Amino acid sequence: MIPVQFDYLAPTSVEEALSALGQHGDDAKILAGGQSLLPVLRMRLNAPEVVIDLGGIASLRGIRDDGDAIVIGAMTTHHDVRDHALVKEHALLLSKAAAEVADSQIRHRGTFGGALAHADPAGDLGAPALALGAQFVIAGAGGTRTVEASDFFVDLFETAIGEDEILTEVRVPKHTGWGAHYEKFVRVAHQWPIVAIAATVKGSIDEARVGLTNMGSTPLRATATEQALAGATATGDGVRAAAELAAEGTNPPSDLNGAADYRQHLARVLTGRAVLKAAGV
Amino acid sequence: MTKIELTVDGAAVSDDVEPRMLLVQYLREKLGKTGTVIGCDTSNCGACTVHLDGTSVKSCNVLAVQANGRTVTTIEGLADTAEGELHPVQESFRECHGLQCGFCTPGMIMQAVDLLGENPNPTEEEVRLGMEGNLCRCTGYHNIVKSVLHAAEGAKA
Repeated sequence: MIPVQFDYLAPTSVEEALSALGQHGDDAKILAGGQSLLPVLRMRLNAPEVVIDLGGIASLRGIRDDGDAIVIGAMTTHHDVRDHALVKEHALLLSKAAAEVADSQIRHRGTFGGALAHADPAGDLGAPALALGAQFVIAGAGGTRTVEASDFFVDLFETAIGEDEILTEVRVPKHTGWGAHYEKFVRVAHQWPIVAIAATVKGSIDEARVGLTNMGSTPLRATATEQALAGATATGDGVRAAAELAAEGTNPPSDLNGAADYRQHLARVLTGRAVLKAAGV
Repeated sequence: MTKIELTVDGAAVSDDVEPRMLLVQYLREKLGKTGTVIGCDTSNCGACTVHLDGTSVKSCNVLAVQANGRTVTTIEGLADTAEGELHPVQESFRECHGLQCGFCTPGMIMQAVDLLGENPNPTEEEVRLGMEGNLCRCTGYHNIVKSVLHAAEGAKA
């Protein structure tokens, strides 16, 4: 299938993109890498009158060091996030999760910012971004503002980005040397996770961050597990006891891939595995 | 209509296209490059895989306008087939019988070339993971994996 007709704009600066967005409002859709948007357009689940392609804005790509954080441009591909030395050193969890997004061809096109702005609850990058306390830099006509990860994800496919705004970059506080693992449970290769766990730990274990993918309408933190892990010893029994708390307060969906109580079971089991692997046990 | 200029299999091309035209449609319908096939039309199967600026992409999931100013290589441009030549990975698929019906083969080969470019000496597991975006409904993948490993061996020799 092919999408319905639309007008195509290819701005070369964020300012140009914002002005196009201001002009066309909710008739327009932003195209980042297109790996989620194009299937939606092809299946005609959405039919924007105008598509604004950010692919020509060089300033939105790349990863840089910014003191206590690394900054990832919104148009940086999953492939580049996975392989970048700064990500591996300071936010290993993101590298591990980016490696698990879809497949090689899609990682070459799909973008970090595009995936986060799309906010699919089964997307692989929301839970790691939340676990690492990422900050989202959003540009609008009046300048830029920064939104904490805990406020960014609002609901299914809904974020704090306004209709006339664009996500330009994501600041990720450095977690230098933290161990990390992204444990993804899928029925078939290169599919969306039924449940996935993003775990990163300092030492074994001084501090832990655990993010949950597809355990609700937004990415979640397993805060009870994180508290139980702080200062714990990374042994199988100790970690599994803390992981028993991973599904607390969650309200996961029931669908063809699994019922809510099955997902909660998965979250507990997979959290144990993810934390042990992150701690190198 | 939007004007695009790009390089496809070594030749400069330029056309006015509808923005909604997919890259795979452009290659097949405008340029007649039917070596790139449409398998699932849902960006799952990988049969339409081509290289965009040197890396593999699913051409059913890219707009032709997104390829403006860029370089595309299809299965038809991998080797000088007019001279009867095959790319070493094509040769390896023939050697190892890495196909049955052959429909997925163009995409398999384009992805295998990308994979070997990034990791010239992969393990069997790395081949299976690296090819996860390409589906084959005939072979059970065994000979496809063998073909990729064989091509890696050949490149070392």
